[in-house]
Order: sequence, then C-alpha cells, then structure tokens
Amino acid sequence: MRQEQFERAHETAWQALERLLAVRRGEAVTDDTDPHRLPELYRGLCNDYALALSRGYSPLLVERLHGLALRAHQVLYRRDGAWLWRSLQFVAAVFPRTLRRHARLLWLACALFLLPGVLLGTWCANDPEAIFSVLGDAQVAEIEAMYDPLNRVPGREPERSADSDFAMFGFYIFNNIGIGFRTFAGGILLGIGTVFTLLYNGVVIGGIAGHLTGTGFGETFWPFVSGHGAFELTGIVVCGCAGLLLARAVLAPGRMPRARALREAALEAVKLVSGAALLLVLAAFVEAFWSSSASVSATVKYAVAAAAWLAVLLYLAFAGREHGPR
Amino acid sequence: MSVLLDTARRFETPEGIDLTLRIAGPVPRAVAWCIDLAIRAVAYLVLGFVLGLLGGLGVGLSLLLLFLAEWFYPVVFEARRGATPGKQALGLAVVHDDGAPLTWSSSMVRNLLRAVDFLPVGYGLGLACMLVNRDFKRLGDLAAGTLVVYREGAPTDSGDFEGDLLAPPGSLTVAEQSTLLAFAERAGALTPERRVELAEVLSPLTGKRGDAAVSTLLGYANWVARGR
Repeated sequence: MRQEQFERAHETAWQALERLLAVRRGEAVTDDTDPHRLPELYRGLCNDYALALSRGYSPLLVERLHGLALRAHQVLYRRDGAWLWRSLQFVAAVFPRTLRRHARLLWLACALFLLPGVLLGTWCANDPEAIFSVLGDAQVAEIEAMYDPLNRVPGREPERSADSDFAMFGFYIFNNIGIGFRTFAGGILLGIGTVFTLLYNGVVIGGIAGHLTGTGFGETFWPFVSGHGAFELTGIVVCGCAGLLLARAVLAPGRMPRARALREAALEAVKLVSGAALLLVLAAFVEAFWSSSASVSATVKYAVAAAAWLAVLLYLAFAGREHGPR
Repeated sequence: MSVLLDTARRFETPEGIDLTLRIAGPVPRAVAWCIDLAIRAVAYLVLGFVLGLLGGLGVGLSLLLLFLAEWFYPVVFEARRGATPGKQALGLAVVHDDGAPLTWSSSMVRNLLRAVDFLPVGYGLGLACMLVNRDFKRLGDLAAGTLVVYREGAPTDSGDFEGDLLAPPGSLTVAEQSTLLAFAERAGALTPERRVELAEVLSPLTGKRGDAAVSTLLGYANWVARGR
C-alpha cells in the first residue's frame, strides 16, 4: 500500500485519538468521540505505527505516529483515581500490614533506638555529670530550665498560649517529619545514615530523660513527653525500619539484581514512611496542643499516654489482619 | 531510527511496539532545579511577608508551609503532571523506566531521596551517581525506577522544500530518507558552497554537479516528505 493510501485510510482514526488526548489534557473542551474508544484507537495506532516503520514510510509520518503513540501510552497507563478510598484503605490496612511484613527489621530498628537509649538513660540517671558527654553545657542548661518545676510560668494569657501552641505545632511538623524522612533516605547509603540517626536519637533522648529523672525534674518531664511519645517514638522507629529496608536491598539483594531489589524495597519502604509521617503529624498535634497544656493534672496525662500507647500498639499489631486460612 | 543516539532509550509497550525516549542529562536538570528553587523562594518571600503579620499563628503556618513546600513541591507536581514547573519550562518530564507515567509512590521515593542525593553539598552525590550511570539516574531515580526524559514535542511539519518533486532512483531505506530530509531541512542554514559540497557526495548517484546536484536532492526530499 502506498503511503498516501495508507494515510487516507487511517487519518480519521488518528485524528480522533489526537482529539481525545487533547480533551484529556484539558486543551480541548469536548469531543463527540466516545472516550471508551481510547484503548481501541491506541491499539490501532500501534498497529499502524509498526506497519509504517516496517514499510519504510516517510520519517515525518513515522515520527508523527511515534509521538502520538507515546502520548496515548502515557494517558492509558496512568494509574490514579479513587484517592480517598485508597488513603482510607492505606490507614486501615495497608500500612500496618506492610509493617508486619517487615517485623524483623522493625525490631532491629527498635533495638538500635532503644538499647542506647536505655543504656544512656540509666547512666545519666545515676551520674549527673554523664549528660555532658552527650550534649554541650548550653544545651543542658536550656533543657534543665525548660523542665525545672520552679520555672513554670503560671499565668499565660489564653489566646497568646493558643498562638504559640500553633507556632510549636508548625515547628514540630517541620523538624520531626524532616528528621523522619532523612532517617529513611539515609538507608540508601548502605544503611549508615539510618543507623546513625537511630543511635544518635536514642542516645540523646535517653540521656536527657535519664538526666532529668536523676536530677528530680521527672515530675514535669514525664507528663509532658509521655502523651506524644507513643506516636513520635514509633514514628521514628518506623522510619528507621523503612531506611533499613533500603539498606538491606543494597547490601544483601538476595537472588535479585541490586537495582531491582532496591526498586522493590523502595516501594515497600515508601508505604512505611507515609504511615510514619501520619504518626508524626499526630505526635506534633498532641505535643503542641495537649502535652503543653498546664491545666491538666499529671494523672490524667499519664492515663491518656497509656491509652495512646495501647492504641498505637494494638493498631500496628492487629489493624488489617486477615482471618482464617489464606 | 536504526542507529540510536547514545541518550535515546527504547522500551517495548504491551502492544508490541518500540517507543523511544530521550534521556535528559545533568545540566538541563540542574537548570530546572534552579527555576523551581526561584519559584519557591519568591513564594516564601511573599508568604513570609503576609504571615509575618500574624504573630505565633503566622510562624506556625509558615513552618508548616515550608515543610510542605520543601518536601512535597516536587512530589505533587511530578505525580500529577509528570514535571515540576521548572522541568516543564525546559521540556522535561519524569516517567517510569518502562515509559509509563509516574505514580504517587515512585514520586515520593525519588523526591524523598533528594535528602541523600543533595549530600554532601549541592547534589554532589546525585551528580556522581548520574555520571557513572548510563541513564543519568541519581540515587532517587535508581530506587524509584524513574527516568528524566525530554517531553515529546509536536512533530515538526517542515512542509515542502524549495524545488521540484523528483522521484528518487529505487526505493530508499528509512535511514536514507531521514538523511535526505535532514539535508533539506538544514540546506537553508548552510552556505551555498557547503550545500554544493555535501550534495556532490551523491554525484555518482544523481549524475549532477554544482547547484543542479543540490536541487536534485531537494527534489528527492520533497518526494520523501510527501511520502510517495
């Protein structure tokens, strides 16, 4: 078939496809072509393109068909829609399920964070000087001033307080989730970034907690941190787990090529990071608006903290669990 | 199409045809990043000024927006439209290795890993990774399985070239047709002497010399362009 005949025979189909794509991109308003014909038109185009190529038709025509096929492929293979339903599913089932699939790495991340924390905490609780091997003088003084029971400012005006609570909320989001994301990203550097962040945070948080308890500031410190700790500490450990997932793919890809192992691990890890980010948003919210409220008694705060821990652990352990034989 | 440039990558679609993508190198990507940075900087200045009037609420809001913009600006633009405004300005787009459009998770992976690619300073690690990699992938691209490619422009319809319509002797391969078209497209930009020099390469075939050789080739190109 000569090229002219070929073009004449298929031009209407190509133009219909072009118009459909224009509608999809929002360049044209409406079109009388049925949108459901897109796959059919695209398949036809693929056929025409292959024919044009093998029959050696003019490069201009081949280039036009190639461009059209590329654009249609982009539209046809887009995976989106139902985002609300998918995000609900994510929270209800996908995130905790994914986490449980990688339980061993989660426990490893947990150990990397908790062990140095408990160790330093015990040491700092018994030796008031020990904290200075972790933090500088100025930082220690600042932290002590923050939690000194004698320094509590009693009479903040209510609206000022709401104002600064919100400022702190912004800060916690910016700072804590940023740290979480970096903990995850550091995993690709053979895990060094992740392990370092987990150890470092364990040491600093454990050290401060131990030191404040040892010096008798525990009664202001623990009611403040216990509420959001349930979400924040788990969030950090989950980010660490996501980072370790990347690290394992790089270090020990198993029977897959490294590149493919990394791609598959990253898809799993990003679910964990998203879930952890949600936990950290919750933590920031609690820390800014609940933990800082001075009017609530310590007993109530401890009760809420216990409930929060229970809720988080039950959620991570049981949400989305499938019953019966698989 | 038989000989591919070194930055062109082919992938096969499920329909059994090969599509070609052209990979973008570090320089256009860096320029695109600078444009995005400038856009964010202007937004920060404006927002900082407005939110500065709001006290503590403003501080909280601006930190919140700073967080969202620094981490999610590229995630959202690339997942929804395939490119950030900077990339769009340079005609770039991000796609999967198999040419499919970016998903939200891949967009998250490649953009969260910017934190590592940026190390130790100014995307040093990302650049090093791109240069030892045949697809110019930074670490984020490796983990997400993505490519930064040139967006396919609308096909250039060069129309007719000056001169008559001449049937080429025998049938030409696609590569030969492309060569003829390329010559015809560039003929206008060449000096007359160079045009003649190039056209006379084919003198054994056309049997013409001088300006006649040029117009013969343009005639063939016309024939090819019209797809006779």
